[in-house]
Order: sequence, then C-alpha cells, then structure tokens
Amino acid sequence: MRSDSPSLVKDLPRLAVLCIAAFIVLVPYVWMLAVSVKPQDEVFRASLTLLPERWALIENYGKVLRTIPVLTFVINGLIVCFGILFFQLLFAIPAAYALAKLNFRGREILFGFVMLGLLIPYQTTALPLYMGFHQAGLLNSYTALIAPFTCSVFAIFLFRQFFKALPDDLIAAARIDGMGEFSIVWRVILPNAWPAATAFAIFSVVAHWNDLFWPLIVIQKGSLYTPAMGILAFRSVESGDDYGALMAAATLVAAPLVIAFLFAQRRFIEGVTMTGLKG
Amino acid sequence: MSDAAAAAYAMAPRERSRARSLVGDGGAAWLLTLPAIIAYLLMILLPLAGVLALAFTDYEFGGTSFRWIGSENFADMLKDRTFMASIRNTVIYCFFVVPLSIGIALLLAILIEAGARGRAFFRAVFFLPVVSLTVAMATAWQYLLHPSIGPVNAVLRGLGLGTPNWLGSSDWVLMSLGMIGVWENVGFNLVLFLAGLTAIPRELYGAAEVDGAKSAWSRFALVTWPLLGPTLLFVIIITMTRSIRVFDSVQTLTQGGPNNASEVLLRTIYQEGFHYFKFGYSAAITLVFLAIVLAVMLVQTRLIDRRIHYG
Repeated sequence: MRSDSPSLVKDLPRLAVLCIAAFIVLVPYVWMLAVSVKPQDEVFRASLTLLPERWALIENYGKVLRTIPVLTFVINGLIVCFGILFFQLLFAIPAAYALAKLNFRGREILFGFVMLGLLIPYQTTALPLYMGFHQAGLLNSYTALIAPFTCSVFAIFLFRQFFKALPDDLIAAARIDGMGEFSIVWRVILPNAWPAATAFAIFSVVAHWNDLFWPLIVIQKGSLYTPAMGILAFRSVESGDDYGALMAAATLVAAPLVIAFLFAQRRFIEGVTMTGLKG
Repeated sequence: MSDAAAAAYAMAPRERSRARSLVGDGGAAWLLTLPAIIAYLLMILLPLAGVLALAFTDYEFGGTSFRWIGSENFADMLKDRTFMASIRNTVIYCFFVVPLSIGIALLLAILIEAGARGRAFFRAVFFLPVVSLTVAMATAWQYLLHPSIGPVNAVLRGLGLGTPNWLGSSDWVLMSLGMIGVWENVGFNLVLFLAGLTAIPRELYGAAEVDGAKSAWSRFALVTWPLLGPTLLFVIIITMTRSIRVFDSVQTLTQGGPNNASEVLLRTIYQEGFHYFKFGYSAAITLVFLAIVLAVMLVQTRLIDRRIHYG
C-alpha cells in the first residue's frame, strides 16, 4: 500500500526479524517432513541433519497406510465437514433472511436466542447430547458427528448482518415477479451472499476438520474415525516409538487442509478470522 | 358518507395490505426459521437445560437412578485435587499463552505492516499453524521436544545447556504446552492486528510527525497504540476463550500428566464424564467452565461499552 517503500538495505533489519520468526514457525513442519522419510536408526541417532542418509519414504508411509486406513479417515473427515456445512447453510440462510428482512412477531426474541447461543461453547452441551445419541442408538454414526453442529448461531448471526445490507428493492422486485419467500431465499439472496458463504464455509470446515473433543466422545468404531482420531489411533497401535512412521501419519492427515490453504490463502485467512473481524 | 368513514376507507387499503403483509411475512418467516429453531432446541437449548439439571444430581451414566444432591458436586470440587490442579493449570496456561501470543503477534504485525516486501508470504507462514491439524502438529512437537532424540535438546546439548524433559517433567510440561499454544495462536492474532493496523488512517502518522513525534516509538505510542485499542481488547478476549478451551494438545501429548501437572478444564470434564461416567460431577465442572467463559465475555462487553462512552 505504501508508496515510500524503503531501499532493500534499510529494510533488511525488519526482514531479518521476520525471517527468524518465520523460521521458528516452520521448524515443526520441516522436521515433521524430514523425519517422515528417515529410517528408525537415523531418527534415534538424534543428529541435526535434515536429509536422511538412506531414504525411508516408502518404508514409513507404507507402514502408515498398512496399519491405519488413512484414506478412510480423510473421507470420514470430508463427509463430516461437508455434512455439517450443508445443514448449517440449509438451516441458517433462510432463518437469517427472515431475521434480516421480514417483519414478524417474535423476531426480536428469536434474535435474542441467537445471541444467547453465541455465548455457549459447544463443549458445554456434550453430556446431555451424548445421552440423547445413546438413547437413540446413534453413537458411532455420522449422525452423531454431524447433528450437534447443524444449527450454527454464528452462521445465522453472520448471514443476518450480511443480508441486512442487501437492498430491499431486490426483494421487492422479486415479489412483484411473483416469487415466493422460499425461492427468494435460494434464487435471489443466496447468489448475492457468496462472499459471506465462502468465508463461513472455510471457517466451518477448518473448525470441524481440526476438532477432536466431540469425535473422541461419540466414536469408538475405527471405521468412523476422523483424521485427528486416526493419528491418536496410530500412536496407540505403535506405542509411539517409530517416529518416522508417526511423522508420516501426521503429514498425511495434516496435508489436505494445509494444501488447500496454500492454494487459497487470502480466502482462508478471511474466513477463519471472520469471527474476529465481525466482533 | 361521514368523514370518519371516508377516513377509514381511505386508510383501509393501506391498513389491510400492511396487515396482510404482516401475516404473510409471519407465516413465511416461521416456516423459514423452523428448521433452525428445531435444531437449536434439540442441539443447544435442551442440552443446556440438561447440563444445568445434571449438575445438581449424582447421576452416573449407565446407572438406573439418581438423587438431587443440591450443590454437593460443587462442594466436592473444592476437595478434589485433580479439579483444583485443573483450574490452576488452566489459569497458568492462559496467563502464559495470552500475553505472549498477543505481544509477539503485535510485534510481527507492526513489522509486516511497516514495509511492502514479503507481506503476503509472512502472513501466510505465520497463519499456517491455525489451519494445521492440532493433533498432527502436537505429534511433531512431541518429536521436537523429545528428551533424548529431539532436535531442541540436541541444540541445547550442543550449546552446553541443560536438557529438560519438556513434556515428561511436571516442572516443564505446562510451559511446553504453553509454547505450543503460543505457536498456534500467534498467526490468528497477527491477522486480526493487521486488519486493525490497516484501518488506521495514514495521515495520522504524518500529522504525528509534524507534531514532533520523530521516533518510530513515539509515533507508535501516539497513534498506533490508542487506535489499536479496540482490536487489542478483542484479541485478548478471543485468545482468552481459545486458551480456556485448550484440549487437543494436552490430550495428544500428556493426557493431563505427569501427576496432573497438565490437567486442564476441558480434559477434566472429558475424563470425569466419559472415562469415569460421573455425569453429574462432570456437568457441574462444565458449569464452572461455562461461568468462566461467560465472565470473560462479560468483562469484554463492559470494557467495550466504557470505551464507546469516552471514545
């Protein structure tokens, strides 16, 4: 943004500090990748060389893939994240439209409940939800992983703010064209809400891909493990001594989101910090 | 035709149409909000009521009966050494992670903002931990901090310094987890600060310079710091609530050990509830957790209100 960009020499101290900090942030990634291709004896030599003398890439990654079904975990993660996102959008967008653009009795009360919901961390409701899912025979199911997050008060709040800024004429024109409120939501409002929807989508997917607390509670069956649970499972099978394979497992499950981030950094940063900026 | 009737007639179409639109809006609005309302009731409101009720019982999951025991669970907490350790550790963890991750983030944000070179690159690098699977990265840290084969201790040994058992000794474990927490949170705070910094009008720095604020430090004290106030306050609250909810790294690396030295609130809730199945007791701890989170947010709104009054 600034036009008065200083010369490179004057800029060097600043860049040096930033580079040192960046180096520290990247250290775990570098070592994770390095160790994931090292054979066990070299890992235990505890040298500070990054590159292995003998590459054990196939050995380590092969061991992970033989021991745990990484692909299944990643697919589970995708099903859960996109299942949650689908219902969140399906429920939140119409509700947010009603709260933003329609006049009806009880609107203020409903919005009050949205604000109340924003104050409650989801971990608070874990015990009764567990009892409910147990009662319904739904523990160890995708339903148990997805259902608790289907009503995102944050999504309702966010979309409401966004929809309020849309011109009323847009909706009035659609009504004159004979559209009902439902088609207005999906055919007029949603196409205008893409910035908010993508930002929220990224926020939601990052949050649930990384979640460990809830899956750990409702899932015991290995075939339903999420990526985060997958590594824990691998650690307990491996007793945590084969660091090469352990790092390979960590690399494999962390990779999807990190790669997605590297491709769409700006959108990711906008999306994840949106909670902050909206405050 | 009387005047009154004329007036009524003149008003009627408008009245009627407004009335109809209200009714019509009402019907459609309730239909549009219905799915969200049902999900909210089932997944948030009823379970919340459930936790409130459970906290005053001695219910154990799988048991057939329970008693209302009033505030006994809360009295038990005061005598429960695991719970007391958990509270203490969570507070220490917060007071370690919050100032450090905010201070470092602010410093880095100012450095990034001070020039054009490498801005997108550094922002992306610092943000990387935010999108990385915590369990995976905690595993990487476990290797880095390994007492005998870890690179961190290899460096320390090379420098002739002591080599602590970072995650295995009760003196170090909380600090090690705290450092991982700082590493995780800096990028998030940094991006919030960058947004706050770009919102500060450039002219103010020029004006401050004209007014005699020659050094970078005095310009910071005069312009950046006061104008960044609201952002700073918000970042403090966000980091605070994120730190109170620490769970993944503890569960992955130490499981609260050694000897409860890294036991934290969410893990205690998890352990009492889903390991020992003491649902009543776990619900009571959940309420304490909720009360702390609400208190933090209440302080936030109070402070923001005050700021608006004189701002």
